[in-house]
Amino acid sequence: MFELGGYTPIIIAAMKNTLLVGLSAMALALVFGLLGAWAKVAPQAWVRGLANTYTTVIRGVPELILLLLFYYGFPQFIQDFSESLGYEVLVDIDPFLAGSLTIGFIYGAFCTEVFRGAFASIPAGQAEAANALGMSSFLMFRRILFPQAMYFALPGLGNVWLVLIKATALISIIQLDEIMRMTKIAANATREPFSAYFLASLLFLGITAVSMLGQYCLEKHLAKAGQH
Amino acid sequence: MNMDMIAEYGPRLLDGFWTTIGITGLSVLIGLMLAVPVALMRLSDYKFLKWPSYVFTFYFRGTPLLVQLFLVYYGSGQFRVELTELGLWQYFRGAYFCAVFTLTLNTCAYTAEIFRGAIKSVPIGVIEAGRACGMSGVLLYRRVILPQAIRIAWPAYGNEIIFLMQASSLVSIITLLDLTGVARRIISETFAVYEVYIFVALLYLVITYVLAFFFKRVENYLQRHNKALAQA
Repeated sequence: MFELGGYTPIIIAAMKNTLLVGLSAMALALVFGLLGAWAKVAPQAWVRGLANTYTTVIRGVPELILLLLFYYGFPQFIQDFSESLGYEVLVDIDPFLAGSLTIGFIYGAFCTEVFRGAFASIPAGQAEAANALGMSSFLMFRRILFPQAMYFALPGLGNVWLVLIKATALISIIQLDEIMRMTKIAANATREPFSAYFLASLLFLGITAVSMLGQYCLEKHLAKAGQH
Repeated sequence: MNMDMIAEYGPRLLDGFWTTIGITGLSVLIGLMLAVPVALMRLSDYKFLKWPSYVFTFYFRGTPLLVQLFLVYYGSGQFRVELTELGLWQYFRGAYFCAVFTLTLNTCAYTAEIFRGAIKSVPIGVIEAGRACGMSGVLLYRRVILPQAIRIAWPAYGNEIIFLMQASSLVSIITLLDLTGVARRIISETFAVYEVYIFVALLYLVITYVLAFFFKRVENYLQRHNKALAQA
């Protein structure tokens, strides 16, 4: 079924780009998530407001709109703005960079909620004990809060990853050579669109299945470590 | 997006809005009707009921919606002869049918999973009490298990509908003129890229939070017995 005129290996090779975009987006999302979670409990009202606006807006707008806005809208905005100042600027964003940044920024909002919940479920006594031992707030974060929060956050982060990797399919519309784009090329060239897209769906299914297995093992491992 | 643009393009955006709502609403309704049997199949003791349901939900939850849309819309062309013989090609050649078809199956898989979790978390004592009263089978499901399961499932189901509404923006890629599709069409005419996208993003934001508000109200209604208990 997957002869596809020799396109099968090309589509499978494009999985590398899907995974690369997914992993860099996830790394970014974790950074945005930690920053967001920290901002949500900041003493300054404007920082909290900023973090709440971030999660509210990002989670309330479709990814496709955000992606189009960042990839097509942002350069246009810069050009219009610099033109109004009398400069001529041509902004050309690399699709890989734009894709990772946008997906990372979007899923950072979801990570923010996961981390916020995880930090909230650490008993207050932990921080008090660390304070009593004279730890600085950074040391306390690194040694006490962060490791425990990661344990609570793991199931939520696993879910974010599963949704995120599927969202990378959208990047094909900004011309990055990942699974979906190569599949589209194969579908048009071979006139076997069903076979091509079915193959693509199986590749995504494979990534999902491996990720779920990995998450299961990691959670089991951490649950064991937590028993000591 | 200034006032003149809103006046000029407002009617088309409104059409797009209704397309978005129509596609989402249809998919949610049909998806819901299919999801209950799929969830029950998944919980069944019979392997030949359980496994198809498992494969179906795993496939539709594990692959991107965009791939599913392309698989149905473009992929059906590969079976044009067979579909024509069955008299189905007239449906599959239309983007609207393909969009609703795909979104329905997609939301059905997610909803079935939500229901499965909810039905499983109905306390066993409640079911035993129902049995002790002489209820069984359909009556037990209708009177005891499903009403409780709906209460448990409601918040997650509300999120699923909101996600589906947002995900329906993908149908613009298969040429449909939903809210996103209209926005892209207007941009190709006016080159007002960020103004239009920001305006449409705000519209989606409003729809999202109106839906969220509605689901919260219904949730409060479904949980009214807890509120009465708390006040007593």
